[in-house]
Amino acid sequence: MEKPKIALYWCASCGGCEEAVVDLAEDILTVVEKVDIVFWPVALDFKREDVEKLKDGEILATFINGAVRLSEQEDMVKLLRRKSKLVIAFGACAHMGGVPGLANSQTKQKIFDYYYHTGPIVYNPEKKIPDPEFTKKQGFELPEFYEDVRALDQVIDVDYYIPGCAPPPNVVKNAVLTLLSGNLPPKGKVLASDKALCEECDLNKTKPAEGIKIKEIKRYYEPEKVDPEKCLLLQGLPCLGPVTRGGCNALCIKGNMPCTGCFGPVDGVKDYGAAALSFIASIIDSNDENEIKNIIEKGIPDPIGLFYMYSLPKSLLFRKIIKEE
Amino acid sequence: MEKNFEPKIIGIFCNWCTYAAADLAGVSRMQYSPNIRIIRVMCSGRIHPEFILYAFKNGADGVLIGGCHPGDCHYIEGNYKNLRRYLLLKKLLKQFGIEEERLRLEWISASEADKFVKVVNEFTETIRKLGPIPLKKEA
Repeated sequence: MEKPKIALYWCASCGGCEEAVVDLAEDILTVVEKVDIVFWPVALDFKREDVEKLKDGEILATFINGAVRLSEQEDMVKLLRRKSKLVIAFGACAHMGGVPGLANSQTKQKIFDYYYHTGPIVYNPEKKIPDPEFTKKQGFELPEFYEDVRALDQVIDVDYYIPGCAPPPNVVKNAVLTLLSGNLPPKGKVLASDKALCEECDLNKTKPAEGIKIKEIKRYYEPEKVDPEKCLLLQGLPCLGPVTRGGCNALCIKGNMPCTGCFGPVDGVKDYGAAALSFIASIIDSNDENEIKNIIEKGIPDPIGLFYMYSLPKSLLFRKIIKEE
Repeated sequence: MEKNFEPKIIGIFCNWCTYAAADLAGVSRMQYSPNIRIIRVMCSGRIHPEFILYAFKNGADGVLIGGCHPGDCHYIEGNYKNLRRYLLLKKLLKQFGIEEERLRLEWISASEADKFVKVVNEFTETIRKLGPIPLKKEA
């Protein structure tokens, strides 16, 4: 019998998700034994034409990481969608927009100004910027840089999601084995735990029965002062475990680092940041308007950065509104 | 800005105080701005920030939250939870480029029909001046 075909592709991402595939270590051999990789730009020498030659739906599953920012990325993912039975958004950027998605709090113009003109290491006395007309004369086309960053399912239909920044090896392995088993979960499922991170966190048992109340939200810059034996929320660190999907075995918390929410929300939540905001606000220990304002002012200088670190494009508001000057 | 802009306002009110005040205003045949669409919840502590963002996403130009006066909550401290969420959400909205004034919290007790009418009229005028919300839809 012919082995099922698999493809991997990357869009606006850092490459960490590709690393996550390699992180499977010897387990990757079990996977490779069962499948035929037909396209993987980062590791194998296949070209776009090789994908085009395939029949529609010939690829069993395509794993795409990274958010979508360029017309070329949109074009490629649409092609891969056509050629694949299943498309899996791999990693936080494809899943929710990820860290590149934070660019939705800027305009394209501001980003171009910084990278081509005002950035501290930029030397561009002739004020040159990428010019599609010029490159056309040289015989190739520059992709268009869109105004906004989008998550994969805002561009194409996505069947499953593998969350994480980057997805840890156990999550990837379980997800791939589930897909290969032929016993497919319902469409749209996020292939990790269905419970919140606290459920699997070792520090969960240190939470007091009467709940958590904090007078101060600390910013994370003194890791050596963190007590590794006590729930980080009790220590005033804004750990987003209570609203974040589990599956990573609390890796960051084991390293004294509060959860920043790369696995996204649990099922049923429309807006991750709103859920996170709601729970952080409700544990603030004050009923006085001015005191609450003070705690927020000191502890949360950048709400988008804290609550939407990985999910700004998938938020209900999608992007920051910037009035033209 | 369009000349005939009529703001769409969503009011989310708690069952025990502000909703009752709206009821009293109605029964007393008081006149107030028709731009508000009222949603009743059992307690202002039930109002998840997601509801408010969802309203803005779906075309609301302003959201008015109403709850019991501090200390009067039917469920003891639901309104305080709402207050904390409201203050933090305001900060988030500001960062999103949405004018803070588009979200307003008022404590209105069941007997304060006058205050209810005044707040609704005032809020409608504020939003009318701000104009429609320029949210961008994805893709």
